[in-house]
Amino acid sequence: MREQPILEVRNLQKQFGEGCRHCLDPETRQLEKNFCSYCGTVYAVHDVSFDLYPGEVLGVVGESGSGKSTMLQGLYFDTDLASGEVYINEPMLAGQNVLTLSSQQKRYIRNYIYGMVYQNPLDGLKMKFSSIGNIAEKMIAAGSRHVGDIEARSKTLLEDVHIPLRRMKEEPRNFSGGMQQRVQIAKALSNNPPILFLDEVTTGLDLSVQASVLDLIKQIQRELHISMIVVSHDLAVIRMLADRSIVMLNGTIIEKGLTDQILEDPQHEYTQQLVYSLL
Amino acid sequence: MQTKPHFAFFDEGSKKEIRRATLKAVAIPGYQVPFASREMPIARGWGTGGLQLTLSLIGKKDVLKVIDQGADESVNAVSIKKLVRHTTGVALTDQTAEANIIQSRHRIPEEPLRDDQILVLQVPNPEPLRKVDAREYMTKRMHAEDDYSGAWLILFEQIIKYQKMTTGAAHPVYVNGRYVMAPSPIPRFDNPKMHASDALILLGAGREKKIYAVPPYTKVESLAFEDFPFTKESFQGKQCNLCGAEDVFLDEIINQATGDRIYQCNDTSYCVDRLNHSEEKEVENSYA
Ligand SMILES: Nc1ncnc2c1ncn2[C@@H]1O[C@H](COP(=O)(O)OP(=O)(O)O)[C@@H](O)[C@H]1O
Ligand SMILES: [Mg+2]
Ligand SMILES: [Zn+2]
Repeated sequence: MREQPILEVRNLQKQFGEGCRHCLDPETRQLEKNFCSYCGTVYAVHDVSFDLYPGEVLGVVGESGSGKSTMLQGLYFDTDLASGEVYINEPMLAGQNVLTLSSQQKRYIRNYIYGMVYQNPLDGLKMKFSSIGNIAEKMIAAGSRHVGDIEARSKTLLEDVHIPLRRMKEEPRNFSGGMQQRVQIAKALSNNPPILFLDEVTTGLDLSVQASVLDLIKQIQRELHISMIVVSHDLAVIRMLADRSIVMLNGTIIEKGLTDQILEDPQHEYTQQLVYSLL
Repeated sequence: MQTKPHFAFFDEGSKKEIRRATLKAVAIPGYQVPFASREMPIARGWGTGGLQLTLSLIGKKDVLKVIDQGADESVNAVSIKKLVRHTTGVALTDQTAEANIIQSRHRIPEEPLRDDQILVLQVPNPEPLRKVDAREYMTKRMHAEDDYSGAWLILFEQIIKYQKMTTGAAHPVYVNGRYVMAPSPIPRFDNPKMHASDALILLGAGREKKIYAVPPYTKVESLAFEDFPFTKESFQGKQCNLCGAEDVFLDEIINQATGDRIYQCNDTSYCVDRLNHSEEKEVENSYA
């Protein structure tokens, strides 16, 4: 018997643009990659479905522009998806497509069930507020009104992500890229979310810094058993972190399975290229 | 040929538009209603928001008081009074009790207001969430969704940096349990006066083109944390050097010659009133 997924994602769809008679029908459309050359509409995410199981790390890999970030932002309600269904296995949300909930309910899910680490720290942090304030924000959003409690929890989290407490009052804009990602991770973890999204967390960081951030993510997974979706264009990152993976190309999933299997025996031509370039 | 100037400066259409925005503001306590802020013969940022409210409300029989940081005689208050007087001919007063419209910058009078009075506050920065996000459409969305974590975050930052809330003026308030509002730059001392006020309180921001309101008897709570409760400025053990008042907002004055600190009522008409009363009493007593 298989375990019940914590997150079920079905047929996500997202386009930028109106579409035209050449591209509106998915059966007959002729696209250049994900792009209609007649009207300029981008089909960023097309018919994406997958399950996320409790405690697992699911990797999402694919070249730049393949729709990974758009998909994640749709799940996190940052962008409105055109269609699709998402179910979260939490008692109070049972059987409800969370994409159709009110903005208040979506905010509840963001504050209590999801954590998000953006590729660009500017999207996830308020650069003019202190680092501890940035972590506090999520706890305040979840209803905490006790400075002492918020401060204590934030300090624990900062220590967990190896940021010296003497720097907690500094604004993250003074920090290096790696430290900014650590603050984002601490913030995302502040309410013990069962589900964590990580978008290209290590992209653009120095190699040694990348390694330490990856170690941190592995440690979080080991100790907290959070279910994670880790998005990266870098198969090496996915190989280090993910038990199972999906491969995206031009907005669609072209391959999915155990990460080891995909690496050993890639089926799709594009995946084969991706794997061989890693060797 | 010159056309006859309008009563209260504005044409009737303009007044109606401002009154409509005001009615909406009263109907949704604490909600910032946009309005078509007009050019005024005084510079924006000098109380044009309050002035537009006053001019749209005032009638021939009204009595107006204007105060600026507690003083009726400041240049700003005087120029506003002149304009209103010139275009309406209404009576002016310094006495809080005599006025039925009181326009004020930075203070709520010490004398408790009544249900037949309207307090008009001038507001430079109506948006309590501006520090959280510079974009108006984002702050509008936060208000719409009752998402005020940013307002508490601002206070949290102050506590983390200075071990206390450092909002000198305009400490944010929750109005009617729904909208967070900047109560104009009044000292924290005046925040509690807004709660369940007998008088209607209207707030106008000319530059930012917003009108908002606290209707009479509305719940107004100052934002605070469980372990950092809201506190007023404390003047414990101090009293006004002139009238002896104790539970009022005091200005600190340093005597240049001696270096001593003395205190005086910030609300000057309140102070003068108390002095007059005590004189009257002395006179009565001496004749008795
Ligand atoms: N706001 C937008 N407007 C138009 N096109 C967009 C927008 N955001 C993303 N796209 C397009 O959607 C596609 C997927 O982008 P994205 O999800 O960022 O890919 P990835 O994260 O895999 O690099 C790309 O072709 C990108 O150009
Ligand atoms: Mg991306
Ligand atoms: Zn098209």
